[in-house]
Amino acid sequence: MNTNVAVKDKPRKNALVMFIHKLGSPPWFYNFTGKFIPWLWMIFIVLAAWALYMGLFRAPADYLQGESVRIIYLHVPAAWMSMLIYGSMAVMAFIALVWRIRIVEILAMCSAPIGAAFTIVTLTAGSLWGRPTWGTYWVWDARLTSELVLLFLYLGVIGLYNAIDEPRKAARAACLLAIVGAVNLPIIHYSVKWWNTLHQGSSVSLLGGSSIDASILWPMLIMAFAVKFYYAANLLTRARVRLLEQDVRKGWVKDLVREQRT
Amino acid sequence: MSHLPFIWAAYTIGTVVLLWCAFAPLVRKRSTIRDIRRLIQIEESNRDTDT
Repeated sequence: MNTNVAVKDKPRKNALVMFIHKLGSPPWFYNFTGKFIPWLWMIFIVLAAWALYMGLFRAPADYLQGESVRIIYLHVPAAWMSMLIYGSMAVMAFIALVWRIRIVEILAMCSAPIGAAFTIVTLTAGSLWGRPTWGTYWVWDARLTSELVLLFLYLGVIGLYNAIDEPRKAARAACLLAIVGAVNLPIIHYSVKWWNTLHQGSSVSLLGGSSIDASILWPMLIMAFAVKFYYAANLLTRARVRLLEQDVRKGWVKDLVREQRT
Repeated sequence: MSHLPFIWAAYTIGTVVLLWCAFAPLVRKRSTIRDIRRLIQIEESNRDTDT
């Protein structure tokens, strides 16, 4: 009898599929992500400190903007993050609505406050850069207005999620809003091309290179890379807390707390 | 016009917002764990009185 046939016919699960299945288990997710969070924070702190040192102390002042150019090391990475987080939140919201995966639902909802924080930083830093450069803190320009709309969308998602008592129902409603709001992302990105704006056009492009000098560009790019780790660490921390809150009466949470007590 | 106050203000606000955003879930976690401990205590005391 040939036993190899039976072995070949047996469906084999891909390692990645197995990993995704495991991530869907709350206790496994909680323990697995807990190991990475301190490392993510550490990488963020080291990279951000390096970027800020390079940007604030080593990079020269701009010939036109003067010292105020140093605000871009905060403003530009925060602006990119505000959009990237919304995009990832919308994708996760879509996955959560279609496949009803609770962990993805939680991750989508936990992205909103982090995205809102980055949007607030973008708007305030941009405003404080605008005063010495443009002579005004604020104009109702297409780029600034669409970024403000992004903040309202984040606040809407947070508000809607907290307004409904049943967490899964609340997440579904908020996920829907997150998906609809994604229409604002191309508006923010192309606002400087579609309308005449006071805000300057893109200075950095993935394919087209950059019009910024390397001495200013690199600290900004390092900072932009650093904040990805901030987002990952913060998101996982929030998702773990949310899991504890939702599973407060489940055995794995009680076991976990009992283990911590002993 | 000196640009220094604007740079300081931008970085101060940015730091405060991002620190708040980072520490808020830790505060929430502490209070959640406290609630779960209380729940466990109540359940254990109920079990003791039943037996």
